[in-house]
Amino acid sequence: MADKIFRVNMTDLSTSIEDVPADWAGHGGRGLTSTIVAAEVPPTSHPLGPNNKLIFAPGLLSGTAAANSGRISAGAKSPLTGTIKESNSGGTSAQKLAKMGCKALIIEGQPQDDSWYSLSLTPDGVTISKEEELIGKGNFAVVESVEKRFSDKIGILSIGQGGEMLMSAANISVKDPDSHVRSLGRGGLGAVMGSKKIKFIALDAGDAKVEISDMDAFKAANKTFTKALVDHPVSQALGTYGTNVLVNIINEAGGLPTKNFTAGQFEGHEQISGETMHDLIVERGGKPKHGCHKGCVIQCSQIYNDLKGNYKTSGIEYESIWAMGADCTVDNLDQIAEMDHILDDIGIDTIETAVAFGVAMEGGVLDFGDSNEMIRIMKEEIAKGTALGRVIGNGAGSVGRTYGVTRVPVVKNQAIPAYDPRAIKGIGITYATSTQGADHTMGYTIATEILGVGGSADPLSKEGMVELSRGLQIATAAIDSTGMCLFIAFAALDDETCLPALVDMLNARFGINLTADDVTNLGMSILKTEHAFNIAAGFTNLDDRLPEFFETEPVPPHNAVWDFSGEEIDTFWNF
Amino acid sequence: MQVQVKLFAFFREGRFIKEDKELPTDTTAGQVIDDLNIDREEVGVLMLNSRHCKFDTVLQEGDIYAIFPVIGGG
Ligand code: SF4
Repeated sequence: MADKIFRVNMTDLSTSIEDVPADWAGHGGRGLTSTIVAAEVPPTSHPLGPNNKLIFAPGLLSGTAAANSGRISAGAKSPLTGTIKESNSGGTSAQKLAKMGCKALIIEGQPQDDSWYSLSLTPDGVTISKEEELIGKGNFAVVESVEKRFSDKIGILSIGQGGEMLMSAANISVKDPDSHVRSLGRGGLGAVMGSKKIKFIALDAGDAKVEISDMDAFKAANKTFTKALVDHPVSQALGTYGTNVLVNIINEAGGLPTKNFTAGQFEGHEQISGETMHDLIVERGGKPKHGCHKGCVIQCSQIYNDLKGNYKTSGIEYESIWAMGADCTVDNLDQIAEMDHILDDIGIDTIETAVAFGVAMEGGVLDFGDSNEMIRIMKEEIAKGTALGRVIGNGAGSVGRTYGVTRVPVVKNQAIPAYDPRAIKGIGITYATSTQGADHTMGYTIATEILGVGGSADPLSKEGMVELSRGLQIATAAIDSTGMCLFIAFAALDDETCLPALVDMLNARFGINLTADDVTNLGMSILKTEHAFNIAAGFTNLDDRLPEFFETEPVPPHNAVWDFSGEEIDTFWNF
Repeated sequence: MQVQVKLFAFFREGRFIKEDKELPTDTTAGQVIDDLNIDREEVGVLMLNSRHCKFDTVLQEGDIYAIFPVIGGG
């Protein structure tokens, strides 16, 4: 059975199943969500109004046995940035959608009244139901209750209170294989789902399977691909320490933004590091190594238990730990894990929210390092939607404007994550030029600048950084379309068998003849589609800039400033 | 001369986190690694005073020298 587009109109509560238009056929994941948003959402529409659309799409290889292929993409016009947005996540939803033959789920319109709804998808289509019981509940209660209603085998996409209250930092939770959650984190897509009045989406693929055009070729390519991933030393380190292994090395390099971006090194780095976290996890009977979906062979996720050995959180990332830790000068991992759990439950982005807290600390709302007050504000203000809670839940830019803070680390109103662009300059180009606001994953120059993967580049020099970021942003747009976890990139950069095997898998799955050049061209065309949407939405090259303070405030220990001219940054788009 | 040596990730196992070492002048970054019985193949990143360095970089009095295995994240 050919894949279909599932469409839901929340204005008249109708659903339909459509054939895939020919020019969408070669797309999946981010390529497809961005293509659909660009084709169907008026660029000037209000992100929370009836003309915005929320799109979910599994990657091209999701649902197959391909290693690490279970990423789901969500796309819309972002209420945080006003740009096009794609956010992707692990969990089980991509595999469920792909298996039921859903190439994309398009949610459009908006209910006329105040009722809430849920969607349930099966291979036969979509059912819309009224929802009352779970309104006002956090994601963990939603997952538990929805599993009871359906079965624990289903996939679930849901929003917490943050999404219901249309906060710009709201994310969409994706159930993982252990009934915990991962997040479609950045850009406020949870608010878009909330604006459509959808509390959760249940995905039941039954025993449907993805069809493979040439199974033998597919298996052979997957074997080569998997070997490249498993053999790469970065994969092995990720399985042991998680992404949090980065705290110490970014700190050592002087690029760990500390105390709302006023320093590049954090005194408490060792206490929140991947090494310390690994030892605590082992000591307390958790799991240092864990996959966010079945088929992941790298397993950077983990199960973190509290002091008593009870489950506290999982899949806690370096960027989250950095944001709640160094940026807010909190040096206690248990407090950070507690906050991670609360934010997952409320359903708001850990990076955006914690950077917002850093700005609030600078604005005098609370003291730097006061994690007890952070926890109180999360539970008592954000989850309950008080005025302060909404100011923080709308992100770092919102806090800066409200409290008159000028040191607000955002690009296109999205919080800058865990790498200071003054001390690590290539990533600054990615923050500035990304089609989605500041986002390290869009072109992860850190690999080359700091980690020495895929070549090396001096992080304090501007030389070659625009080209580095451009190459990686193009490659990333393509990888984000396959459903592959971005952490395959380390092997892809270093092992020459990796990417050809990925292309072979795409060919074997669909019975096509892509070349590596086609994949690069795909990446370029996705970036151009996204960029054109943003221009039509009113963005110009002057929005591709970092906040002024990066140019005027040197960051210790290197005392470096951001010194790219506007003209230099603008050459990014010369392709 | 005195140099502070810092180890990270699994290089710490059976060794140390941070140690002040008394080294002969002209010691290179690579020699310290060999003395610690760390396989050069396993080394990912070397930093001297927060800047990347190479195996043949010569250490100086008062340097802070950090040795990382191949790691990644994002
Ligand atoms: S490496 Fe990490 S993020 Fe990637 S698929 Fe595995 S667990 Fe998920």
